[in-house]
This record gives sequence, structure tokens and C-alpha cells, in this order.
Amino acid sequence: MDFQLTDDQRALQRGVWELLAGRFGRDALRAAVDHGGKVDRKLWRELGEAGFFSLRLPEEGGVGLGLPEAVLVFEEAGRALLNGPLVATHLAACGGLPGAADGTRVFTCATQLRGLVPHFADSDAVVDIHGTSMRVRYPKDLPSARSVRSMDPLTPLHRIPGGTPKAPPRPDAVLLTAAEQLGSAARTTETAVQYAKDRRQFGQPIGGFQAVKHLCAQMLVRTEVARAAVYAAAVTEDFAEIAGAKLLADEAAVRGARDCLQVYGGMGFTWEADVHLHLKRAWLRAQMWLTAAEAEEIQAEALASAL
Amino acid sequence: MDLTYTAEEEDFRARLREWLAVSLPKLPAKPGPLDWPGRRAYDTTWQRMLYDAGYGEVHWDAPPTQRLIFLEETELAGAPYVGANFVGLLHAGPTIAAEGTAEQRARWLPPVLRGDEVWCQGFSEPDAGSDLASLRTRAVRDGDSYVVTGSKIWTSHAEVADWCELLVRTDTEAPKHRGITWLAMPMDAPGITVRPLRTLAGSAEFAEMFLDEVRVPVADRVGRENDGWRVTMVTLSFERGTAFVGEVVACRRTLGELAAAARANGTWDDPVLRRRLGRLNAEFRALWRLTQWNVSESQMTGGVPGIGGSVFKLRYSHARQELYDTAAEVLGPDAFDLDREWTADRLSSLSYTIAAGTSQIQRNIVAERILGLPKGR
Ligand SMILES: Cc1cc2nc3c(=O)[nH]c(=O)nc-3n(C[C@H](O)[C@H](O)[C@H](O)COP(=O)(O)OP(=O)(O)OC[C@H]3O[C@@H](n4cnc5c(N)ncnc54)[C@H](O)[C@@H]3O)c2cc1C
Repeated sequence: MDFQLTDDQRALQRGVWELLAGRFGRDALRAAVDHGGKVDRKLWRELGEAGFFSLRLPEEGGVGLGLPEAVLVFEEAGRALLNGPLVATHLAACGGLPGAADGTRVFTCATQLRGLVPHFADSDAVVDIHGTSMRVRYPKDLPSARSVRSMDPLTPLHRIPGGTPKAPPRPDAVLLTAAEQLGSAARTTETAVQYAKDRRQFGQPIGGFQAVKHLCAQMLVRTEVARAAVYAAAVTEDFAEIAGAKLLADEAAVRGARDCLQVYGGMGFTWEADVHLHLKRAWLRAQMWLTAAEAEEIQAEALASAL
Repeated sequence: MDLTYTAEEEDFRARLREWLAVSLPKLPAKPGPLDWPGRRAYDTTWQRMLYDAGYGEVHWDAPPTQRLIFLEETELAGAPYVGANFVGLLHAGPTIAAEGTAEQRARWLPPVLRGDEVWCQGFSEPDAGSDLASLRTRAVRDGDSYVVTGSKIWTSHAEVADWCELLVRTDTEAPKHRGITWLAMPMDAPGITVRPLRTLAGSAEFAEMFLDEVRVPVADRVGRENDGWRVTMVTLSFERGTAFVGEVVACRRTLGELAAAARANGTWDDPVLRRRLGRLNAEFRALWRLTQWNVSESQMTGGVPGIGGSVFKLRYSHARQELYDTAAEVLGPDAFDLDREWTADRLSSLSYTIAAGTSQIQRNIVAERILGLPKGR
């Protein structure tokens, strides 16, 4: 047993981190906020070229890697707060929909969030995903879709009246969303720790105060527990394990962002600080594909069926 | 990232499983929770059986993965945990192996492995708990001996121990961390009085120790004089780093039993309770994965367990308490019957956030040593 990242996996992780640091740094992030979370098509194609969407396609035409690698990549996306229907387009590529793998088209999904569709106006197509089956619709097929004032400035939302019901969760979608949550949790932890070292009050860094220190320590603990769960679920592909990983990653992301906001004090409550962007997205992702209540029921079911 | 075990590892597992199936039935009946001499005999008998079968050193020299398999299989088979051998096997022993002289290793290690000698830990004092370095028990050099006077508290298994890993102050002038020395004290030396303390669980699993001019040979000092704090850090990294690993498996088993009980008595139909059990399942599963992660990491780096043990201990100690609180919900009023399963465990789980460094102290460690936040008051 060697439950550590291989050299190739580390290299992949570093590569994605470098790509995103270069192409989606702080300025690009804030520009995306100013543009209402609109997908940057040029960046989307670059992600496609880098194999972001085709990662799990067989080597002819794809990268030929597996779920663990996809998880590492989506973790970096979550860390960078990259916007756009990343998981949906990745799934569309896995399902062979043209234009998904190379990032020339943007696919969103109508069955991940009850009644609401993220990035609807921005997408070329809307996919209804039920298990491995996919139904493609086009925004023009859904004329009744109405834009909603989205709480998350990086995720524009449309409501489809009459709604598309949420589909039974598809395991890889759940796990990749959990991976994004993990990345966000890691990022808010790092951000809080850095601020705690820099910001001074009462003549010393606030990180010297135990109340602050303990918030940071708990953020790290939640992140590392979620990491073990998410990585292991990627390796085993066991659905109950995936559900558990989502549960813990949601918690790590949401509570991590809240604690980070607290460490930031008044600054944390401003639009200027990125903390709220993490929190709002984490809240949204926690509702996507699998909620905490659903994940807990799946885990309870797993317990009962092991009897 | 690979969670499959190698053929060699699986082979180790298979042989161990076979041995457990044959050997466990030979173990005498488990003594009652209040019978400490009986428990010592039981725990050391088990250690002797392990030793004779070649598993004596599995906590020390075995590759970390092998140790993980050992803990998993013994727990699944319902074998005893280290019990009274805890200090000797899991931290005094490894400390002596790392810091002791050749003679010291030859003198102390084999009896621990054979289950012949039991150790206890004399670190805490009435006025030195979390602030361990402020300890005051004094050792004054007199010829070939140290003469030790003072008192220790919360010493687990003191009544049945043969040796004590003892921290004493050998320099009262030096800054508090610099005047400490690590000694091995024989528990039958004149001048030692052990007074059992009753725990909230009703048993006497720890004790007060009064030391009145106890003579400890200078030769029984581990490490240099006044260098005991550094040796102590080695001890604590073993204590926190690896000591709780096997128990996660036990918790997962308990959770399964709890689900069965909940189904039997109808509490399973309460969605709040059911979901709480579900969440705990996710929790212990993740803690097991974290264990595998930490073990893989230490396999790579080798040697002394890393600081990740604090991350684990923090989460685990709270999860374990939550487990038994949930058990009480399943049991209802029966949770007050001390003879019911889980009731005593619920009480003993209360110590998990205190013993081996409180949760507050672990958070300080995580924040200062992993995250690099400034040291504070
Ligand atoms: C079941 C059990 C077995 C034990 N076995 C042994 C043993 O075999 N040998 C041995 O030497 N010791 C043993 N101990 C002692 C154990 O290590 C101490 O109880 C522990 O380190 C805490 O010290 P204390 O009890 O003096 O509490 P204190 O240090 O007095 O702490 C009291 C409270 O104050 C908090 N606190 C203290 N300092 C700080 C700080 N800097 N920042 C924030 N909060 C702080 C603590 O978190 C705690 O909540 C055992 C304890 C238990 C419960």
C-alpha cells in the first residue's frame, strides 16, 4: 500500500497549479467577478488543450488518466476559484459530446441543482445527466428560463420554471465537486494563516492569539481529513465512500471559508476580500449533486447493508 | 495513490489471520474492569503469545504498513489491545531504542517485548500538566545515584508497573526546559508510594505517586543530564503519533453494532439519529483513510512519526466522544445501566480530549508547528 501521490500525479498537480496561477490569477478572478462570472472562452479552450476535460478519455483523443488524476486537477480549480461549468463540461467530454473535450464548447448541466441551472446563458448546450445517459438541450429549447440574481457573483444562475428535477447523483460528478470543495478549503486555510501572520493588533501578529490560532488549526484538520476521504474515494470509486467524501469536503469548504472570514475581521466582510467568493461558491457546491442530508442517508444505508 | 496491498503484505495478513484464529481461543478469560492485577496478567500473557509467534516487535521494527495490517487484523479479530503494555511498547520502549545506550537497550527492551515487564509514565505533576516543562520533582546527584523527591499524578497503571519513565528536574537554575532529565525508575525502589485515584468511571486506572528520596542509578538515565526535554519530545511524538491508530478500526466495528441495535429497537426510523450515524460512518471511514495516508507518509520518510499525529488525535478524540454520545441516544435510558455495552466506553472516551495532551494543546501544536503561527501565551 502506498497511499501517497506518485511523481506523475505531483507533476500534474503542479502543472495545473502553474497554468491557473498564470491564466487565472487574482486580476483575472476579479475581472470574472466584474463580468458576472461569464465564462472566458479563450481560457476554456486552453483548459481543453491542457486536457482538463479529456483527462479521463482513452488515450486515442484523450489523456487516458483516471479519477484520482481528475480529482487532483479539480482540486486546483477549486483552489483557484475557477468559474464555469467545469464538472458538467468534463462529464460531457466523458460522454463523447462534440466540442467538450477540446473546450471549444461549454456545457452546463440542468440536473445537478434542483430547478436552477448555473452558467445557462453562457453555455452552448444544457445536458440532463441521469447516470450515464445524457440528454442534450439547447438554451433556445428552454425559452422560459429566467435569470436569477445569483448570490455567488462567479456563478450566474437561471431558473427553469417547472424545473428539471435533480437526478440521482452520478458518482464522478459528486467526487469532482468534492475535489473543488477540497481545493477551496485548502485555499481559505492558507489565506487565513497568512493573514494571521501579517495582521498585527495589540502589538503582535493576531496569529499569536490562541482564539485565532485554534480557528486556523481546526481549518487545517478539517481540510486534511477531507483530503484523505476525497483521495481515497477517487482510488476506490466506491459510491458510499464518495458520498462521505462529499460530506466532509462540503463541511471543510463551508466552515473553512466562514472561519477565514472571521480571521479577516472587518476586512473579511468586504467585497474586496476574496473570502466571500469562496464561501458563496462553497455553499452552492454543497447543494450540488449531493446534499449533506442525502450523503448522510447514503452512509447510514451503507452501515445498515453491512449488517 | 494506491490503496491495494502488495502480495507480501497480503501474505503477512493471511498468516496473521490464521495465527489469530488459532491463538485467540487459547487466551484466558478477560478479567473484570476493576481487576488491575488481573488485567496486567491478561495483557502481558497476550504480549508473550505475540512474542513467541514472532510478532513481539511489530510496533517498533516492522514497516509501518505491516504494523497497520497488524492493528487492523488484531482489532477485527477482537484481540486485546496493548493495555498495560501501552507505555513500554508504544513510547518508553521506542524512546530507549532511539536514545538509549547499547546496555540500556539490552536491559530494558527484551522484557517489554516478552511481556515480562510493564512500564508507566511519570511525566505529569499536580502543578505541571499542560505546562509539563514546569515540573518540580527534583533529582540531586549523590555519587552513582540520583536522589529523587517530589510527586507525580495521573500515572496510568502505576500500581502494576515495574518501571517508570520519569521526568525530573536536575538543574533548578536553568530555564525550565533545560533542567530536565529522563530517568528509568524501578517501581519497587524504597521511597515510592502509589496512591490510586478513582476515575469518573469508578475504576482506579491511574494514581498519584509520592517520591521520597528514591535512589535511581545514574546509569539508568536515558540521554544526557539536563537534556531530558529533547528526549521527552521523542517520547511524545511516539505517544501522539501512533498510539491511537488501531482504535479507529474498533470504532468502525462499534458503529456497525450500533446500527444493528438501532434497527432492532426502532430508533433507526428517527431520521435525525439515522443521519447522525451516517455522518459518523463517513467520519470514521475518513479517519481510517487519514491513518493510511499518515502511515504511507511515514513509510516514505521513515523513523519517528510526524506531527500529523496531532491532526489525527484532534479529530479522532472528538469523533470518538460523539460515537458514544450517539450510542446513548440509541440506548435511551439503558445508557444509564453500567452493565450495558457502551456505557463504560462512553465514560472512558471522556479522557480522549485530555490525556496525551489536551485538544487545546494539540491545536497550539498544529498552529505553531505545522502552520507556523507565532508562539503565544
Ligand atoms: C485517563 C488519563 C490518563 C493519563 N495518564 C497519564 C500518565 O500515565 N502519565 C502522565 O504523566 N500523565 C498522564 N495523564 C495526564 C495528562 O497528560 C494530563 O491530564 C494532560 O496533559 C492535561 O494536564 P492537566 O490535567 O494538568 O490539565 P491542565 O494543564 O491544568 O489544563 C486544564 C485546562 O486548561 C487548558 N489549558 C492549559 N494550558 C493551556 C494553554 N496553554 N492553552 C489553552 N488551554 C490550556 C487545558 O486544555 C484544559 O482544558 C493522564 C490523563 C488522563 C485523563
